[in-house]
Amino acid sequence: MQTKSILLLIGGALGLFVLGLLVPEWLSYLMIIAMGKGIVVLGVVLLMRAGLVSFGQGLYYCIGAYVAGTLTQFAGISDVLLILLASIAASVLVAALVGLLLCRYRGIFFAMFSMAFSMILYGLLVRSSVLGSTDGFNVLRPSLLGWVPSDDASSDLVLAVAVVMVMILGSLMWLYFRSLSGYAGEAVRENEIRVEYLGTSVFRIIYTKYLIAAALAGIGGTVTALVSGHVDPEMAYWTTSGEFVFIALMGGTSHVAAPMVGAGLFELLRTYAFAIAPYTWQMILGSTLLLIIIFLPSGLWSLVSRFSRQARG
Amino acid sequence: MRLDSLKPLSLACAVAAGTLVTSVQAAEEYKLGLVTFLSGAASGPFGIPAKNAADLVIDAINDGTLPAPISGKGIDGRQIKPIYVDEAGGATKQTAEYRNLVDREGVDSIVGYISSGDCLAIPPVAEELKTLTVLFDCGTPRVFEEGDYKYVFRSHSTASMDNIAAARYINETVDSLKSISGINQNYSWGHDSWRDFTETLKVLRSGDIEITTEQFPKLFAGQYGAEISALMVKPADVVHTSFWGGDTDALVLQAAARGLLEDNQMIFTAGETALNSLGEHLPDGVIIGARGPFGPFAPESELNTWFQSEFTKRFGTPPTYPAYHMAQAVIGLKLAYDKAGADATTEQVIDAFEYMEFEGPGGKVSMNRGKGHQAATEMVYGRLTRSNGEIGFTDVRRYAADCVNPPEGAITEEWIKAGMPGAKCD
Repeated sequence: MQTKSILLLIGGALGLFVLGLLVPEWLSYLMIIAMGKGIVVLGVVLLMRAGLVSFGQGLYYCIGAYVAGTLTQFAGISDVLLILLASIAASVLVAALVGLLLCRYRGIFFAMFSMAFSMILYGLLVRSSVLGSTDGFNVLRPSLLGWVPSDDASSDLVLAVAVVMVMILGSLMWLYFRSLSGYAGEAVRENEIRVEYLGTSVFRIIYTKYLIAAALAGIGGTVTALVSGHVDPEMAYWTTSGEFVFIALMGGTSHVAAPMVGAGLFELLRTYAFAIAPYTWQMILGSTLLLIIIFLPSGLWSLVSRFSRQARG
Repeated sequence: MRLDSLKPLSLACAVAAGTLVTSVQAAEEYKLGLVTFLSGAASGPFGIPAKNAADLVIDAINDGTLPAPISGKGIDGRQIKPIYVDEAGGATKQTAEYRNLVDREGVDSIVGYISSGDCLAIPPVAEELKTLTVLFDCGTPRVFEEGDYKYVFRSHSTASMDNIAAARYINETVDSLKSISGINQNYSWGHDSWRDFTETLKVLRSGDIEITTEQFPKLFAGQYGAEISALMVKPADVVHTSFWGGDTDALVLQAAARGLLEDNQMIFTAGETALNSLGEHLPDGVIIGARGPFGPFAPESELNTWFQSEFTKRFGTPPTYPAYHMAQAVIGLKLAYDKAGADATTEQVIDAFEYMEFEGPGGKVSMNRGKGHQAATEMVYGRLTRSNGEIGFTDVRRYAADCVNPPEGAITEEWIKAGMPGAKCD
């Protein structure tokens, strides 16, 4: 059973990678962006399962992106593994501090405070002319363990990194959702007092999830920055965080693959909305979300669970 | 479960394959990607006038009706087919849309970008995809100061030119100038504009200038009561602003009501877009700039007369500077193709475009900065005046390109601080 799932995962990763190489360049770019955002949304979903809606994941998304940017542009470090480690470290460090305050709050207060912190970073970045203020700056191409890919191979390297990250983080989160600590989130959402009576610290449960979500957002930001080649403070703006919540609602929260599917569909929907209705593309996005909320309140993934239940029964 | 997540992607592949087939273009068509704000706050004052100008100029090029010496129908004998993309959404999205234009739509070249952030993010992608790209409106000097690009051109001057010229203008025309104050939007454009303006003044006056207050309200704030109070409490001889679009309109209305415009000499470096809509609120004597020799400051030429009259006839308002910027970019592109000759490769067109000099609707454009990829033009300021209710300008001063643009290879900020060596003014 175990080896079978691992083989399936590796096969899936290889398939995804080969697919990314075969499809036209714009689509593979879109895939990587979707995977980067999907990883961030995975963290949003993790918090949502504990009943918390974060409108501030842009904070860590932006930190991850700026770590990639500053390391390649100013510190001369281009190794993708080092960059990933650094952005995880930076995101978790900030989350460890911010989380101490944030994890005391619930509901709208959590949402607003998380948004406030990401807007503080936005304000700081806008003021810093060294980092290009609102214009941001460019991210240089990454390398891997001393191997510096050519211009054409560089996006393949980021593709590989994104695929590996999605697979590893996806499986880890899949295991986590099924662990005691994972289920504790739903317990907290249902009744905090009972969870405390059972002898567990609610604060610790939420704090852990907040740290994990921050690390995921940092990684997602790094992947996005490496593929788009540019970072700007917009990544910490609240609309970016809102987009992650949008994708989470679209995909649903019941499965780790839901955010990935949600992110992929979101990017595709947006790019075609752009092409079809250059003036009114926002309306297409908005009405799609409305339709999904009305007809599929648990997100697109509920379709999958509905069909598999039918197939079984 | 992994395989399930692949389903939408394989669906996407099918969709993509479908579009690829349809995008095999007819040989006689020249596909031109046009990226400008079609939604959001920058669409009204910038994006839409620019799009209108593109429509007008492209139709004229296709029909071959542009005034001489521009001749021939279409670009390289092919009819131009414009493909519009909204610039809204930030740099990450725009790099994705850029790839879509090149890979999916198969465009021959792209003209676009108003936001400086987009102008910084796009060039590396243009180099990767080897697609000729003309930046048409963004202001940051960083594009060609921080990088060398082969496939990227910018057919208008940087925003630094506006503020260097603004400093020269008030230094020359305001009697007993001692103090300045400023109100600029709190983002790169506002900060850079204010920095270039104040640093140039310091150089021109050997430091003999006092800054009474500098205000940086939020972009698109819309309400400037507190900032206007601050500007009135700490009066200065000249108030500088690089506001644009709706923010200019809001500032003009609120400042006019409070008497700031009457009591203070104000200079709007990008105020020309507000003339048509809010001219009545602007008192005589306000100094106005147009990001180059555009709009009311455009030198007389057959091309300019044609552009002014046709634009006004078709869209009901005279063209503002974003429209001029767009027209200049599309005409520049067409002329580069003409210069390169029939059936030229992209590389040959680039060779022709580098260091090209051409006459746009705003006069002479010299692509002689940024290794032949960045234009330098003259800059003009004037004081608003009315005769019989018609808005006109007095005390118009024209600054030659070499007077207000840093020379080839110089970093603008350092060049100003070094005392603007090599600046050639008349």
